[in-house]
Amino acid sequence: MRQCSGKEPAEVAVRSDAVLDTVGLYCPLPIIKTAERMRTLRAGAVLEVLSDDRVILVDMPAWCRSTRNEYLGAQPDGPEYHLFVRKGA
Amino acid sequence: MSERPAGPDSTPRPDRIKAIGLLSGGLDSTLAARVLLEQGIEVVGIHYSTGFCMNDHRRALARPDEDPRRMRNEGLRAGADLGIPIEVLDAGEAYLRMVLNPRHGYGKRANPCIDCRIFMIHGAAEYMREHGGHFVFTGEVLGQRPMSQHMQSLKLIEKECGIAGYLLRPLSAKHLPSTMPERLGWVDRERLLSISGRSRKEQMSWSERFGLSDYPQPAGGCCFLADENFARRFHDKKEHSRVEEIRREELILLKVGRHFRLSPGVKIIVARDEAENRFLARFEDLGWRFEALECGSPVTLVEGEPDENLKQLIAAITARYSDRRGEPLVEVAARRADREERLLVPPVADRVLEAYRI
Repeated sequence: MRQCSGKEPAEVAVRSDAVLDTVGLYCPLPIIKTAERMRTLRAGAVLEVLSDDRVILVDMPAWCRSTRNEYLGAQPDGPEYHLFVRKGA
Repeated sequence: MSERPAGPDSTPRPDRIKAIGLLSGGLDSTLAARVLLEQGIEVVGIHYSTGFCMNDHRRALARPDEDPRRMRNEGLRAGADLGIPIEVLDAGEAYLRMVLNPRHGYGKRANPCIDCRIFMIHGAAEYMREHGGHFVFTGEVLGQRPMSQHMQSLKLIEKECGIAGYLLRPLSAKHLPSTMPERLGWVDRERLLSISGRSRKEQMSWSERFGLSDYPQPAGGCCFLADENFARRFHDKKEHSRVEEIRREELILLKVGRHFRLSPGVKIIVARDEAENRFLARFEDLGWRFEALECGSPVTLVEGEPDENLKQLIAAITARYSDRRGEPLVEVAARRADREERLLVPPVADRVLEAYRI
């Protein structure tokens, strides 16, 4: 479990139910692994994805829009990003 | 063949027809999906990651001055714009084996376009069998590409991917024989398009009509396999290797740096900038790595086992691309695992160098 206060666009604290580390992987592997991990979660659960591919800040919101999951935002953490995605119904 | 070749649901109703399409995110595939959505058909996009996409490679290099929006995944962007789910699939090792041994040969470069289409459509058909769906579609346009999109190739691709009659090309449908989805009334043929040829004007006009404006520039070329420089290195690699032993890493390395063949068994890759240095550093386990000392230097990665003479030459080439290229002698380190050797060499002359360039 992890708490974070996202800056964009999540203003409120986000509590993640699961964490996926994709650091060192580049497009589209982080998205493929995100999709696989999301299949194992219940609706409403929040997945935290760690990535050092800054283009994921563009791709993850797009993937969420197309798959009807909710993109909650991202937080930079040194050279990495923590992205938060809530599984859709 | 039964009414439909795939999917667990054998009694499809016209109000829930589902199409599985290859979606690169380019103009043609996006428009093809949009044409079917206009008919109320449910669409799922399959986006393949082949390992040869130039965009993906630029991402892996992670140059800080690159605009992230220019490196976005176009399939995901198109899926979001169209409001359809996208399944991103890793083409994996099977795709590499196909690229190295295409049954239908290469185009002008290293592009096995016919086999590539068969591979991907076959994959979409597999996805349809597993997840349900009624037919497969693509954004292929009759006469647009010399190798894979003339009439004979389109027929061959359909035949070989095992879903004859259930492969729809919405953009050129009216130039092609009617498919089962049309004959069964799942798709209204009259509302499909009759585009052909190399010009993209008609696609652009339709896209404007459908409100699609955010797509990559047509025919920009995103595949390394169709790139002249990459193809030269690719065919050199095949010529000097046992094809069945070529590994994924060796093909990835064809995308980066300057390449020089020094002997039948030894080639080197010299990074061109800091981003390529960082990229090559990930592969240093492959063999020897050379770097000029006490100055800005490229990383030079060696494939094969160089003898002492070749080590001198590799050091001289590394020195040539270092910041000390104007000096008479440059000290270069050669490292492999825990070993380090130091060589003092003059930078190689350009006229000598050119004889080795791939």
